[in-house]
Amino acid sequence: MDITITLADGVPIYRQIVNQVKYLVASGLLRPGEELPPIRTLALQLTVTPNTVVKAYSELEAAGIVHKRRGSGTFVSEGRSHLALRERRRLIEQRIDALLAEAHQLNFDTEDVLRMLRERRAAMEAAADDESAVET
Amino acid sequence: MEESVVLVNDLWRSFGARCALDGVSFRATAGQVHGLVGTNGAGKTTLLKHLLGLLRAETGSVRVFGLDPVRDPVDVLRRVGYLSEERELPEWMRIDELMAYTRAYHPTWDASYAHELLETFALDPSKKVKELSKGMRAQAGLIAAVAHRPDLLILDEPSSGLDAVVRRDMLNAIVRAVADDGRTVIFSSHLLDEVERMSDHVTMMHEGRITLSGPLEEVRNRYLRSRVRFVEPFDQPPALETALAMEGGGRTWSVVHSGSLELFHQSVLVLGGEVVESRSATLEEIFLARSGRDRQPAEAA
Repeated sequence: MDITITLADGVPIYRQIVNQVKYLVASGLLRPGEELPPIRTLALQLTVTPNTVVKAYSELEAAGIVHKRRGSGTFVSEGRSHLALRERRRLIEQRIDALLAEAHQLNFDTEDVLRMLRERRAAMEAAADDESAVET
Repeated sequence: MEESVVLVNDLWRSFGARCALDGVSFRATAGQVHGLVGTNGAGKTTLLKHLLGLLRAETGSVRVFGLDPVRDPVDVLRRVGYLSEERELPEWMRIDELMAYTRAYHPTWDASYAHELLETFALDPSKKVKELSKGMRAQAGLIAAVAHRPDLLILDEPSSGLDAVVRRDMLNAIVRAVADDGRTVIFSSHLLDEVERMSDHVTMMHEGRITLSGPLEEVRNRYLRSRVRFVEPFDQPPALETALAMEGGGRTWSVVHSGSLELFHQSVLVLGGEVVESRSATLEEIFLARSGRDRQPAEAA
């Protein structure tokens, strides 16, 4: 599982794990039913005390993102659409911020970007022919 | 209710005129990793040596598994694994002899675990201790400390002077002791990032005293680092409530502070400033602030 810990900004390590697992689930990189690494494995990978991973997994379980199966491991729960609106907004806003920053660098203003967004969307829809899979 | 594995109460110790431990009380709970931080000479090693019965309590008491390690060394030491800072090992022994020797003291010795670690570290069992590099010596010492799967693992500066690979071996041994067996670990370190990653509980020592001790989360929650901007510049660090340490100059200062956030905000406001941002302080910032190594603010009003 691709998780990186930083100590620079004062965010507790268990919270960094929680946030990144949430992100992996929300972005589809971790799918429902998929198993999270065992506590020992993730603790070794990140070089953190195992109790920190225990705490992160418990919090994720309390938030309904993962569930434990008796006698086995910790699994991603079904229904990622249940992710809070706030969380979904946060994820997409990060991407928008990056897009706007880059557009600004390249001398496109916000109106240009909005127009280009619509154009790209139209192009994708055309390419998908009558498949309506691009619906967002 | 947490079970205490180690209980130290008001321990004093001096070496000649120098006071090495100045009324230290310390508790280690079962199944947790306890990080002991402090500069050289803070008293970490002296405290650890008391837990092993290598030093006798002058004043105060030391209990490990409820026993006095000086009076009941056998019952304490068979349940403890110890890696000293100097990694003292019998120089003339070969590694396989060292294993057999250590095993003789420990009925719980797990030969397959010892073997696995030897393989992982790629240590040649026929090599003599005195021929080992610093890293190999630390690895051999580590195996001798963990292969009997002790209930309490004590590592004194396990990473000191080691390259990244061997350092990782040391930390992995801590993870495994806790994750596989639910054991208790106490380790000392002057590397704050290591302590922050590896500890459930953290204890800071400074000049023979404990300046701070508690669950890492609680300790971290007690301190904030804020950036503060003033309308008028200050030549000297401005006097702010609850501030422990400050860096910066002119109109912008970074402040490590504790306690009431409201008090802090008010005192910034009074001096014509505003708090630009606040976040939890890192362990390193807390440590520097607590050991007075950062710029101290003038006497708080």
